[in-house]
Amino acid sequence: MAAALDARFADAITGGHAERGEPTLFIAPSRIADVCRFLKDEQAFIRLSGITAVDWIPADPRFEVVYLLHSLDRNLRLRLKCWVAESECEIDSVTGVWRSANWYEREVFDMFGIVFRGHPDLSRILMPTDWEGHPLRKDYPVHGYKYSYQDE
Amino acid sequence: MREVALHTGSIPAAEAEQTADLVASTDRTARKMTLNMGPQHPSTHGVLRIVLELDGETIVSAVPDIGFLHTGIEKECEVKNWQQAVTLTDRVDYLANLSNNLVYALAVEKLIGDIEIPAKAQWTRVMMAEFSRLNSHLVWLGTHALDIGAMSVFFYCFREREDILRILEMFSGQRMMTSYIRIGGLALEPPRGWQDRVGKFIRAFPSKVDEYEELLDTNPIWTRRTQGVGFTALEDLLDLGVTGPMIRAAGVKWDIRKSEPYSSYDQFDFEIPTRQENDVYARYRVRLEEMRQSARIITQALEGMPDGAWQADAPKIVLPEREKMKTQMEALIYHFKIVTEGFRVPAGEVYQAVESPRGEIGYYVVSDGTSKPYRVFMRTPSFGNLQALPALLEGRLLADSIAALGSMDFVLGDVDR
Repeated sequence: MAAALDARFADAITGGHAERGEPTLFIAPSRIADVCRFLKDEQAFIRLSGITAVDWIPADPRFEVVYLLHSLDRNLRLRLKCWVAESECEIDSVTGVWRSANWYEREVFDMFGIVFRGHPDLSRILMPTDWEGHPLRKDYPVHGYKYSYQDE
Repeated sequence: MREVALHTGSIPAAEAEQTADLVASTDRTARKMTLNMGPQHPSTHGVLRIVLELDGETIVSAVPDIGFLHTGIEKECEVKNWQQAVTLTDRVDYLANLSNNLVYALAVEKLIGDIEIPAKAQWTRVMMAEFSRLNSHLVWLGTHALDIGAMSVFFYCFREREDILRILEMFSGQRMMTSYIRIGGLALEPPRGWQDRVGKFIRAFPSKVDEYEELLDTNPIWTRRTQGVGFTALEDLLDLGVTGPMIRAAGVKWDIRKSEPYSSYDQFDFEIPTRQENDVYARYRVRLEEMRQSARIITQALEGMPDGAWQADAPKIVLPEREKMKTQMEALIYHFKIVTEGFRVPAGEVYQAVESPRGEIGYYVVSDGTSKPYRVFMRTPSFGNLQALPALLEGRLLADSIAALGSMDFVLGDVDR
């Protein structure tokens, strides 16, 4: 699989490791949808377990978007990572590859404010629609009082 | 009067023509109705709102609206120390708290690396996780049957569930939020005489499962309302991220306990039940069979429980015994360090998945080398499964929606976290 990926996406893969036995690849954000499409169609990663992000403030690029892939046939898990800068805060959506990406991308948008280009309905999913701020960012406070009267 | 006339079939010709014209001239889209199901609907078992668009009795579109139970558990994990966060994992899914404890403990232990969990702790973890599965399946079966109209099953299921909660209380002191599985082993030593209680329960349990099966399978309302209902193509289910009994009822023999064994599951002998029909009835059969398999695992754990320590030999992570803490300087220092600061976990990241009663729970845990988790992402099975809800409902009858909804077995706390 590594050879096939190298041959096809030599320019897109910017690094990788297998710490603690978990293979991880760093992908250039502009190519993420292509790489995912290839992994699903030709490498049997038919399942997307989830998408999440990690806020590494004050690092630049600030966010790490993490894709958790799983192949049932090969019984193998693979992690893809993309760095997204705070100034751009955009990445291509993979909803066209796996439909399950829909809610996970909405959750990442809701919690981190990262925009997924080409997502069919990118709106807040857990927080009220008129909420300000993105709770899982590290500069968002843990304590405080804030209300939403959206439905009243 | 009009009703009577209709039934006797003696509608005046003119009137019948008029009605036919009216039906023909009505714009079909104008007949659509939007129905708000929830957030407080008895069959959603939590706070879930579904906006249904209906054409007559057919569901045209179903849009789940979630987030009512969002409590920011992932955020809160970041301000607790590693061991404290165990108590938050309980609150994710109130029916599978031990599976959540387990996956978190396994993930952190994987990050720590050089920590060995003794066999007794591992076997006890397996046994508790299976009790958690029984508990969850019993609540599911009882409430699902109640939704469909079979009331007595509910009482029988909750009778057995009560026994399980008492066993959990015996082990951990708590009925529901047990926090029994900790990083480095267990919270408490298994209590004296647990074998009698567990043995008594588990010997009687398989006959109870037969009882539910007989009650439901001989009930024509149950079989007619479940067979052939809630079918969705397997490719759709996989693409939408569904895991657990839902896809095993569609013929996929995938169970993380077998495919990526953790916590000594490879030493137990059990089957993965599957069905081919992929309907509500098949999901019920799969869960029923899983209860029997869980009972098998618990029986094996009961008979073959290894002796020895129930906590890892890792003084920097596991609190020392009270006696040692009071008499040995070193133990006192460790105790002080663990209580005041917690322990540090090497920087890195892991994804650990376990098979919960609902499917794949995966925790993606990131450490930056301090005494608090940097990020805990909870890939919960209910969130993944619920995304397939529109696929299950659209184009079907409203009356079948409750059966289809119930067969997914989601917990809203698990969805919203």
